[in-house]
Amino acid sequence: MSGPRYDAIIVGGGHNGLVAAAYLARAGRRTLVLEKRPLVGGASVTEEIFPGFKFSVFSYVVSLLRPEIIRDLDLPRHGLQILPLESTVTPLDNGDYLAAWADPDETRNELRRHCPLDADAMPIFGRLMHHMAMAVKPILAMIPPDPTSLSPRELAGLLRLGRHFRSLGPEKFHALHKLMTMSSADYLDEWFAFDPLKATRSASGIIGTFLGPRSPGTAYVLLHHYMGEIDGAFRAWGFQKGGTGAISESIAGAARRFGATIRTGVSVEQVIVKNGRARGVALSTGEEIAAGVVVSGLDPRLTFTKLVDPKGLPEDLVEGIRRYRFRGSSGKVNLALSGLPSFSCLPGNGPHLRGAISISPSVLYLERAYDDAKYGEFSRHPYMDCVIPSMIDPGMAPPGKHVMSIFVQYAPFDLAGGWNDARREAFGDAVVKTLARYAPNLESLILHRQVLTPDDIQRITGLSEGNIFQGELALQQLFFLRPVPRWAKYRTPIEGYWQCGAGTHPGGGIMGASGRLAALEILGASP
Amino acid sequence: MLKTTPFHPRTSALVRAQTWRRWAGYQMASAYDPHPDREYAAVRNAAALFDVSPLHKYGISGPDAGRLLDRLITRDVTKLKTGQVYYTPWCDAAGKVVDDGTLHRLDEATYRMTSADSSLRWLHLNAVGMNVSIEDTSERVATLALQGPLARAILATISPLDFTTLKYFRLASTTLRDVPVTISRTGYTGDLGYEIWVDADRALALWDAVVEAGAPYGIVPAGVWALDIARIEAGLIMLDVDYFSSHHALIEQRKSSPFEINLGWAVSPTKGPFNGRRPLAAERARGSAWGFVGLEIDWESFERLFAAHRLPPQIPGVAWRASAPVYAGGSQVGYATSGCWSPLLKKSLALAHLRRPHFAAGANVEIEVTVEHRRLRAAAVVRELPFYDPERKKA
Repeated sequence: MSGPRYDAIIVGGGHNGLVAAAYLARAGRRTLVLEKRPLVGGASVTEEIFPGFKFSVFSYVVSLLRPEIIRDLDLPRHGLQILPLESTVTPLDNGDYLAAWADPDETRNELRRHCPLDADAMPIFGRLMHHMAMAVKPILAMIPPDPTSLSPRELAGLLRLGRHFRSLGPEKFHALHKLMTMSSADYLDEWFAFDPLKATRSASGIIGTFLGPRSPGTAYVLLHHYMGEIDGAFRAWGFQKGGTGAISESIAGAARRFGATIRTGVSVEQVIVKNGRARGVALSTGEEIAAGVVVSGLDPRLTFTKLVDPKGLPEDLVEGIRRYRFRGSSGKVNLALSGLPSFSCLPGNGPHLRGAISISPSVLYLERAYDDAKYGEFSRHPYMDCVIPSMIDPGMAPPGKHVMSIFVQYAPFDLAGGWNDARREAFGDAVVKTLARYAPNLESLILHRQVLTPDDIQRITGLSEGNIFQGELALQQLFFLRPVPRWAKYRTPIEGYWQCGAGTHPGGGIMGASGRLAALEILGASP
Repeated sequence: MLKTTPFHPRTSALVRAQTWRRWAGYQMASAYDPHPDREYAAVRNAAALFDVSPLHKYGISGPDAGRLLDRLITRDVTKLKTGQVYYTPWCDAAGKVVDDGTLHRLDEATYRMTSADSSLRWLHLNAVGMNVSIEDTSERVATLALQGPLARAILATISPLDFTTLKYFRLASTTLRDVPVTISRTGYTGDLGYEIWVDADRALALWDAVVEAGAPYGIVPAGVWALDIARIEAGLIMLDVDYFSSHHALIEQRKSSPFEINLGWAVSPTKGPFNGRRPLAAERARGSAWGFVGLEIDWESFERLFAAHRLPPQIPGVAWRASAPVYAGGSQVGYATSGCWSPLLKKSLALAHLRRPHFAAGANVEIEVTVEHRRLRAAAVVRELPFYDPERKKA
């Protein structure tokens, strides 16, 4: 073994790994982060793919970065600067549009234009979702208790949880149960009539899953949007100045300030395990670095079957990891544009270009997009969430020019016949052609096109099957089941070997909660 | 009838929700959008364009101009170079602040003074027996403030001026497109920024030139709500909000010395005679009874007050301007006068007057907050001002 000895080594400099590193370093642990790519961030990176144009290559908006992390690490001091993402506009097939603006009155007037009953229902729906989000919020900040354990600590955790749910009262508890079990489209059907509204809202329930808007279990994901509203003061939802890579940089900055060391361009081959205990890591160069604690920020498959030899792990854990569902279902198209796209429904450079453009004209449209994927094809007419970050942060592109980020679903990892260059470009063509139906000048503006399939996402970031959440956010893989039962508390059967990625509770999005909770658990376990 | 500024034909077309307010007798936009989020974000992210024409402005010239101003303000005017700008308070004979503003030295014997309140009479009273001309140029000179990290890049595209030579609190005469202007590197946001001084009859041409040049850089016309958040982050005081002019205070307790509003640094200890010199020297020697500081409200403590009612913390989207009592050890030790949620720092901030010794940085205090109709107290920590001070401001 060579080099200085560290207390803790984090494998993978994604945002959760960096958060864990910052908390460990803050507690005085000598901490080392090892990232295989030349830059930190994992799926939260900004790269200049085309000269002068900066792309948030993968993750493109800040979703629910935990306020306690912003505070504890003083991220604004290290460059966190979240800019408002104000509106969502859905172009409709009849040439009209549906908009949700920053101003609630303007939004309500807009909805009234389409469906007065829905306009009245919206604030009441909003109130219910507020209560649901308040009910679920404490769980996000909780290390999941094991419901089958009888240890005093677990029982205390379960008791707290039980009290919390009992305090909701029957009405809210029932609503929560529905939310946990229904499909997003069915759940919205109970409230609203205007189809494009339901389509646009339910789209947030399918992101990152291999499910359609009519698939049970998707309603729960709707809640995440309301979670953002509770933390509205923190504006945890929006654009990071400089792209999502700047969030990673700010967390890395905080970690360094607390004394952590970050090495990039360093690939970890294996975690060194001796006598059931993690002793450090071996790099691809042959270098070995010793540490009493090794934390994997990688997804559960890599954590349990690549970094360590699964033969040394319990059978049920390995089987659980094998069954754990990734099924990457989304792709990304990033465009460098010579000017602004003009949408037929709202021609010109209006305020809608500062928000999201959602290609979700009807629930049927989304369900059909899913149908393609079910049978192994990418959607011929996919769901798309488009944003133009350079409209809000002019530094993302040369003056007068723009970058457009298009999140696309569905693009199955297991494409029939497999992904190759031709299929990737065909997918890119489908995206651009579909979007051009709504913004006819788009194709003439494209200076550069970057198309990322789930296969590319896996190749570049390492995320298994290109799943953006390190595994689907489906009910059977959440809370004390994430990633697998009995190993949901960031531990592994190997002493001193921990997990902190989004494949652990609560997972998904640039939230940082997994990294924080893992670090707190590690600190509690090894004071 | 409230007055409108020379930019009104442009600004009035942009105010979407008729959110107007008063400023020094003028009609002024609180915000152009219904809410100030985007306008504020532009101050810290791109560039925000403010119409600040309601500032009172005076042209002061003649052989005794420097002597008059040196008598008036607390900073040493003999050291103010041509092309330089001072930010300064000025006091009455008792050393209590009358107003604060900027003083620009345009050439050897010509100055421009700006103030929040009308200062014509005070200038004349102080000029008795002096050979000086005092002109109220408030309506003749229109003013735009372009504030934010891209302000320099925008102006550089339409001006022959080498902006790298225009240092913090310096000014230069130049043109923007073909409009003759004076540009000072000053502002009320604590960010990189400029104030542009123009003849009122060229105001619209200036607005159009700046807005057009700024478009590729994300320029955003912004109103007072956005300005108010930025100035609190920058720890900049506001007359009639954070303190009262000694000329208008109804009672003695409402008056403040410069030391008591965090402007002690602007009181020259060495200069010749000036209004308030003796009482200010005495106050400097004995220490002030009050300090003006920043408060950072402890979020967890604040959140708990709401959580008791099963509510998320509620904070207004615009800055507040009201008196909130501040406590230490159970008794009141001062009051906050304005505050805001800082979207940038992700902190709830306030500006406060605190009695000695409670104004030391790091001191723990409590601030009154109203939650569900009840007056409660949240923990807060005393911070030195400014809360936010980016390098680019002076770089």
